[in-house]
Amino acid sequence: METMLRVTDIHAAYGAVRALHGVSLEVAEGEVVALLGVNGAGKSTTLRAITGLMKPTQGSITFRGEDITGRKPESIVKRGLSLVPEGREIFSTLTVEENLRLGAYVSYSRETYREDLEEMFELFPILKERFTQAGGLLSGGEQQMLAIARALMARPKLLMLDEPSLGLSPAITDHVFELIAQLRERGLTILLVEQNAERALEVVDKAYLLSNGVVEASGTAAEVKAQVDLASIYLGGEDSDGTGVGM
Amino acid sequence: MIDLEFVINTLSLGSLYALLALGLVLVYGILKLVNFAYGEYLTIAGYAIFLSATALSFPWWATMLVAVIAAMSVSFLTEFAAFRPVRSKSMDAMLVTSFAVSIFLQNLVLIVISPRAKAVPFPAFFSDTVTVGGATVPVRNLLVIGTTLVVLTVLSIVMKKTVLGMAMRAAAGKFETTRLMGVPANTVIAAAFIISGFLAGTAGIFWVGRSASVDPITGSAPLLIAFIATVIGGMHSPVGAVVGGYVYGLLFNVLSITLPASMISYRDAFMFAIVVLFLLFRPEGIVRHGYIEERVG
Repeated sequence: METMLRVTDIHAAYGAVRALHGVSLEVAEGEVVALLGVNGAGKSTTLRAITGLMKPTQGSITFRGEDITGRKPESIVKRGLSLVPEGREIFSTLTVEENLRLGAYVSYSRETYREDLEEMFELFPILKERFTQAGGLLSGGEQQMLAIARALMARPKLLMLDEPSLGLSPAITDHVFELIAQLRERGLTILLVEQNAERALEVVDKAYLLSNGVVEASGTAAEVKAQVDLASIYLGGEDSDGTGVGM
Repeated sequence: MIDLEFVINTLSLGSLYALLALGLVLVYGILKLVNFAYGEYLTIAGYAIFLSATALSFPWWATMLVAVIAAMSVSFLTEFAAFRPVRSKSMDAMLVTSFAVSIFLQNLVLIVISPRAKAVPFPAFFSDTVTVGGATVPVRNLLVIGTTLVVLTVLSIVMKKTVLGMAMRAAAGKFETTRLMGVPANTVIAAAFIISGFLAGTAGIFWVGRSASVDPITGSAPLLIAFIATVIGGMHSPVGAVVGGYVYGLLFNVLSITLPASMISYRDAFMFAIVVLFLLFRPEGIVRHGYIEERVG
């Protein structure tokens, strides 16, 4: 399998506060990889650096052989790297339709757009029902579906999901993980950021465990499971896996 | 007291103020920047009519076209040359930059043209009066109402039906996420400034048309009006700006006819008092922000 995304020794900081101290990871084509860790471990910062929302102070990021370190987010999306952001970030005053149309900003063509929409309706029937409603009127679970569909509309080669189960009910969390499994079947390459390590390890090939801005453990899902005390990470997951209180 | 003349004059004043406020809010929505150079775009429009009519002897309709294009161009250029380089810096830097651009443009016309007011030629029909249903009103007042109606309609179609419009609405709420869709930040911001300039130019024609003269500080008063109208109507949505513009026009005209003659010169003081009341009791303006962000579920 060919390496699709290679992050090499990236450092990043928010002002004087250093968030990443040399994170390296690899995602191969067709692979589903998890990035685990407690709150503040550097998971989201790593994704921000990959998507170009934040410039790493050191290190490099290559995507499909091309150096994308420090490029603008809009040019990185164009290369086939889409993010489902933490907290879903639905455009609340725009309709579901408009959210999806913006998702297709980089991939739009008259022929493919219709097809892609139909595909999203198949994956997420609820979006067809809610098509003309404002995104802000959707429930948390529906918004998560919309956020994932919106990212898929860009026809990404690599889909990154930042805490997709955060704040969702257990039933909807199940649904999200089923969906990830389903997307994986379709051959999509996925980088999944999760606090809920146990659930994440069920659906991924490989995992990295981040702690205080460095990779503490990595390997196949089974290896990581054996190496680390899942309960210690899982505690972080419990907080945010409930009803969404405190979001 | 509430006769047709009052209604038409209020609608006309409100329309002008709505255009002014909308132009200010479009940029504010995306950059969260109150662009203090906004008034200068109106000044530029005024000088554009003056120069194209006197030096170039353009017909009246061409001078107005030039005015709108000039305001759009200057608005875009200020974004490109002044705001873009400091955008990634602090909000304070942006605000100070907008003051700097404002002073720069004022002094530019002062040096290049003249510190004195210049008479701006307008076609005669502009200030003619017509009688509509018994009310005598200047043609100009009817024109501003019609123009605003067309501009608002076209603009709302652009914002709803085009991808750029969707991107601008999206960026007003979530700028980073809009970029994650692949929408270039520069495109959205430049578009906001160009449309803002278009509105300033259009409003500028009518603003300058009232006194038929322009000087380097012509833009100060309309900037203030736009700002007050957005405080009244709501800073967070284009609808708020338009509502604020019309409410401002209404309040202003009501004060004009209800205040005794001895107090009419304090009209502005009353307007400011109303603004203070808004800031105290309804700081978000008449139109509150759109939807709640999300429901838990």
